[in-house]
Amino acid sequence: MQGIIEKVTELLDNGTVDRVLAWKAGEFSYDRTPAVFDKESGLYGLVYDSFCVNNLSKYLIEESKKDGKVLVLMKPCDSYGLNMLIKEHRVDREKIYVLGVPCKCKVSVDKIKATGLTGILDIVEEGNDIKVTTVYGDTTLDRKDVLCDKCMVCKDKVVVVYDEKIESDETAGIEKLDRMAEVEALEAMTPDERFNFWRSQLSKCIRCNACRNVCPICSCTKCVFDNDNTGISSKANVDSFEENMFHIVRAYHVAGRCTDCGECSRVCPQNIPLHLLNRKFIKEMNELYGTYQAGTDAEAKDPLTAFTKEDAEPSVIYNR
Amino acid sequence: MHKIGVFVCWCGSNIAATVDVKAVAEAASKEPCVVYATDYQYMCSESGQNLIIDAIKEHNLTGVVICSCSPRMHETTFRKAAQKAGLNPYMVEIANIREQCSWIHKDMAEATAKAIVLARAAIAKVQLNKPLIAGESEVTKRCLVIGGGIAGIQTALDVAEAGFPVDIVEKKPTIGGKMAQLDKTFPTLDCAACILTPRMVEAGAHENITLHTYSEVEEVSGFVGNFTVKIRKKARKVKMDLCTGCGLCTEKCPMKKQPNEFNMGLDKRGAIYIPFAQAVPKVPVIDVEACLKFKTGKCGICSKVCTAGAIDYEQQDEIIEQKYGAIVLATGFDQIKPTKFGELGYSQYPDVVTSLEYERLMNAAGPTKGHLLRPSDGKPPKEIVFVQCVGSRGQSCRDKSYCSKVCCMYTAKHAILTKDHYPDTNIHVFYIDERTPGKNFDEFYRRAVEQYGVDYIKGQVGKVYEENGKLMVQGSDLLANEQITLAADMVVLAAAIEPDKTARSLGTMLTASMDTNDFFTEAHAKLRPVESPTAGVFLSGMCQGPKDIPETVSQAGAAAVKVIGLLTKDKLLGNPCVAHSDEMLCNGCSQCARVCPYGAITYVDKEFRVPGPKRVETRRVAVVNEAVCQGCGACTVTCPSTAMDLKGFSNRQIMSEVDAICK
Repeated sequence: MQGIIEKVTELLDNGTVDRVLAWKAGEFSYDRTPAVFDKESGLYGLVYDSFCVNNLSKYLIEESKKDGKVLVLMKPCDSYGLNMLIKEHRVDREKIYVLGVPCKCKVSVDKIKATGLTGILDIVEEGNDIKVTTVYGDTTLDRKDVLCDKCMVCKDKVVVVYDEKIESDETAGIEKLDRMAEVEALEAMTPDERFNFWRSQLSKCIRCNACRNVCPICSCTKCVFDNDNTGISSKANVDSFEENMFHIVRAYHVAGRCTDCGECSRVCPQNIPLHLLNRKFIKEMNELYGTYQAGTDAEAKDPLTAFTKEDAEPSVIYNR
Repeated sequence: MHKIGVFVCWCGSNIAATVDVKAVAEAASKEPCVVYATDYQYMCSESGQNLIIDAIKEHNLTGVVICSCSPRMHETTFRKAAQKAGLNPYMVEIANIREQCSWIHKDMAEATAKAIVLARAAIAKVQLNKPLIAGESEVTKRCLVIGGGIAGIQTALDVAEAGFPVDIVEKKPTIGGKMAQLDKTFPTLDCAACILTPRMVEAGAHENITLHTYSEVEEVSGFVGNFTVKIRKKARKVKMDLCTGCGLCTEKCPMKKQPNEFNMGLDKRGAIYIPFAQAVPKVPVIDVEACLKFKTGKCGICSKVCTAGAIDYEQQDEIIEQKYGAIVLATGFDQIKPTKFGELGYSQYPDVVTSLEYERLMNAAGPTKGHLLRPSDGKPPKEIVFVQCVGSRGQSCRDKSYCSKVCCMYTAKHAILTKDHYPDTNIHVFYIDERTPGKNFDEFYRRAVEQYGVDYIKGQVGKVYEENGKLMVQGSDLLANEQITLAADMVVLAAAIEPDKTARSLGTMLTASMDTNDFFTEAHAKLRPVESPTAGVFLSGMCQGPKDIPETVSQAGAAAVKVIGLLTKDKLLGNPCVAHSDEMLCNGCSQCARVCPYGAITYVDKEFRVPGPKRVETRRVAVVNEAVCQGCGACTVTCPSTAMDLKGFSNRQIMSEVDAICK
């Protein structure tokens, strides 16, 4: 943290960058909100710790339109999103200075609350201990038990696009889970079971659009769901079919582009496991076209928009 | 507000027998904006078209819906009729109530209900149609023929004779193809080489024909009239302009251990070789896999003996790029290696051969100099069993489902030729059916049976095994209703033919569709047999389906006529149903450009007024080159924000059709 502040101060002072996109503490000590700092405001409130879970890459669309250069603190998993934005010309790379920051997995406040703790006043991280102060007394939790779900299946800890990066040897010290295990569980269901699973999950949707708004890939100038001419735009649900279609359409739109950052599921106020739709697509494409992870390389050809003579024909393969 | 006319065709009884056409017209007349609806026996006839023209004029129609056959059949007819009446031709929509309705239903009530729904969808769509005007594109007056067998040669000669430049791309070092490997040709028994080689020479010498032998098509882009093709000219390691074709290098090459492909591997060739004596061009090629110079760096004998100094070990592959107006696929065929038919012993016994191998054994220029000697011990066989339909007409996964068409005739030919040269040979032929339709074909087969006494046995062979130095052929004689075992010296398998393996990748490059057997499909099985469904791509010879030489040559000529018809035009009317981008919605993400097979999409930076203190912002937006776009729609389904749309098939039009169907 101290290293990051020093580096950012140096780059701001020597004029390399004009602004800094990072996180600041929110109302509670464990709330972290994306924030922009500049010379005038100073770096007061800038924070980088285990609660800084938000993916900052999408904020760069608007930030890189402004004059001057913006420094961004880039966690490994967020950098995949940035690569996709670069690939799709949604950000101006020239106006961005990427400072890669290490990540030893993020802590989920929701998971802390899910242990049954209420009346939380403060949460502090000390080494591998998470110390929770509540109105009823103090509790210490093991950090490993309250890590974000998406961190449990983390792709890797490498920042894939950066101008400079700050290294750290610290790790969460956990066994990573199999990223596709949840998808395989769904695949093992009968079609009816799976249909019912998704109907029951998706019917919880309140169309708040949080998943779409947080997604670094869902960055259309005008989303089809906001466009009256498409015939599919609406906020209110006409029938229960509608929110199903919303999520299915969204999954198709990000197919081959989704970086599996897990933000959609994290922000969902209804706790719908939306990432599973996208992850199923990733698994499917890996099987058909060879392993590919969107965002690893901004220059890479992605399987759904690149054609090669060796391409598998899904209908042929699955019939065999 | 539109004024729409609906015209329901009976198509004689094709539609009217299954669909209540009057009920369809009646139902259509109640749809919004429909001011006129009628039915008629043959809408495509002149009086039918006049009915449409008169109605457009009389009722001031702004849109027309024809409920008839597939738009592939008569869309152009009806568009022209509308144009005659002063209506934009793209204000016509077809509801296909024949192929997609009357032909596939038996129940009248059901078919009528469906026809009404299809009509309703077309009516909903036409209300969103906009008048479109087609652009024009130039035609490059040059033809590419892929494949230099008899099909490719004949097409090339015919096109070249009409005055258009033609390039032949052949992957082998010489043109000639499979016909060059044949001995005699049925039913006249003239020698294949004698009739083919003059054509090869003619093609090689023709001022309008350029040969690219030992070359392959690498990449194809563009569209009818404007194809751009990259051709890889593989390094022969011999300078074509210096080589005199004397053949000294091929004689002196010390590496004479390579299986000779031209003789089906029955003898050996050198590392530097000319496939056969009449090769065109008669320039050798170095097989770098076999050449001592390339393997060890030593040798270089060919270079030393070459007085012309034509050997060039440093020669590299060369990629040339050329523009063409038309492309002809003449990729030909191969005979399957019947290795999957273990019971027939092809892999096990050297004296079990395929018919193409037998062809080489009979040929005067073949490995045995035309003496029929069996491969195992070089002795003349006295008992020969021919097995037909090996891999053809079968149901199992190792079989082709189709009839290879030429085997009955060439087996009769083999029998006759063998009996002619060696009258003391006994010949037996196992067959399923003898298929001899063709001019003088059945007479030819009967000669084999009646005049030459060839023993034809109706039945199939179950097993070939060796016993006391003889090949024992166990099969069934269906007419005698018994199992028989024949002792043979040699067994010849009429193995199935299949399309050349390179055809599939070419088909993909050209978006020329193929059937499940990898034969190219024609635009219409009866009426457009030499055209691929992809405009500007034509089919010649075996790549479209099994056929004999006269059929191949006729089809090659027919393909040439189609090419000439295209190349004679100076300009082609384009398709106005092309993509366009709504720049207010475009994200500039480049996904559409990546999927565009025609390279029709480019990007520009454009300034847009926006709210806020900056007033303007620059955004990257897609621009479609309408002359290059072919309207395939790949971009419209890729675009996440629906900025890309297709004129004439807009998302809204398609959605309104779906809505009308679901109403």
